Amino acid sequence: MHLTAPGASAAEPVSVAWLAGETKAVLEGAFVPLWVKGEISGFKAYPSGHWYFTLKDETAQLSCVVWRGATTRIPAKPADGMQVVARGQVTVYPARGQLQFSISAIEAEGEGLWKKQFDELKAKLEREGLTDPARKRRLPRFPRTIAVITSGEGAALRDIIAVTHRRHPGVDLVVIPALVQGEGAPQSIIAALGKLARWVAAGAATPGLRVPDLCIIGRGGGSREDLWSFNDEGVARAIAASPVPTISAVGHETDVTIADFVADLRAATPSAAAEAAVPVLAELRLQVAQLAGTMADALQDRVFVERRELGRCAEGLALRARRVSERRRARTEQLVAAIARTADRAVERRKSRVATLAGTLNALSPLQVLGRGFAVAQGLDGKTLSARAAFAKGTLFDLLLRDGRVRATAESVHTDGPHILESR
Amino acid sequence: MTFEENLTRLEQIAAKLESDNLPLEEALRLFEEGIAHLREAKAALGDAEGKVKTLIEQAEGVFEVKE
Repeated sequence: MHLTAPGASAAEPVSVAWLAGETKAVLEGAFVPLWVKGEISGFKAYPSGHWYFTLKDETAQLSCVVWRGATTRIPAKPADGMQVVARGQVTVYPARGQLQFSISAIEAEGEGLWKKQFDELKAKLEREGLTDPARKRRLPRFPRTIAVITSGEGAALRDIIAVTHRRHPGVDLVVIPALVQGEGAPQSIIAALGKLARWVAAGAATPGLRVPDLCIIGRGGGSREDLWSFNDEGVARAIAASPVPTISAVGHETDVTIADFVADLRAATPSAAAEAAVPVLAELRLQVAQLAGTMADALQDRVFVERRELGRCAEGLALRARRVSERRRARTEQLVAAIARTADRAVERRKSRVATLAGTLNALSPLQVLGRGFAVAQGLDGKTLSARAAFAKGTLFDLLLRDGRVRATAESVHTDGPHILESR
Repeated sequence: MTFEENLTRLEQIAAKLESDNLPLEEALRLFEEGIAHLREAKAALGDAEGKVKTLIEQAEGVFEVKE
């Protein structure tokens, strides 16, 4: 058998299908998946779920397809005119004999498709009031049963179980399993939330069916694509409609999702959600013990007060009896004191009177007058000679001065000189 | 009464007893009521053996919680 290249002669042509298939195989073998940059044009989303459009630049264009399975990993439909980079595989679509770029990821330049979708949805929910802080319900202080919507196998569930039972071994966790990433995850989460709503509704109608008083919804850390279900509009609306207070717990501290805005509380991680939801049993015991102590102390105080009050009543009676005689004694003492005070005052008054009189006396004393330069004439018999009539020529008398006495003789008697006129 | 209701009532009673201006009869009655709530609250904390279960919806709106 001898080898010739296929289609080397008109006698041995290849089929169209063969060539298309070979071309496809060669192209796919020649290119690994790669990123291509271009502008979106002619975007069309088909009812089948596939997207078709053209990527173009100034001089060339490339037919593109995003299969339905891949569209779920792309946050938003790209719009015509948008500059993007797309990751895909070059291939051939044999049915149309067309070069085709099969895309698995798209990123918009600048803002980014993810952010665009996130911001648009957030703004929409805000306008509807679903993110309003006033809508947020208070968590129950002591939940007995907590519904957990997450993957049955994930790290999130393990963390929530561990934290819950460490804090309070008495709290029941009821898992409502859901797909939390990949295709169908949003629908699965919405279905789980629907189950929760029906369960709570059934609880109201079914005595004895214990229903949750709280829900934790979330998953552990992952890539942006992994967490994207929690930015889904349907998921957000289902969380907002949850019949019990709901804590969102998606990814790590830095991951913020739309679910966080509509939940009653955002926990940074699943562990943090369990910590926020579940009180520590030891602290509850302490709290109860403290309340018991407070009550006992209060009552003991009360009894003490009552007993003291009784004692005081008895004392009061005795005291009143004593007080009657005491009052009499006190009155006598008061009178004595008053009399003494009056006497003292009389003495005082007299004393000061004496002092005043002494002063007057001193002022009236002739010695004071002599001190000012006047002299007093005194007869030899010691009588004061105060008028002209007591003198005649040759009368012998004494002049009393400040510091002694002068014996004098009257030379003559006259009527001039100062007269002291009697006023009356 | 739930644990929460018991604890809330206990907190009210403790506060009232501490407020000091109750008639003695009233104080004693409240204390007795408090003791009852205390017993219930303690019992609720005592029977704690929490479980992890899975919710199963057997039919629309018919639920079973399975361990």
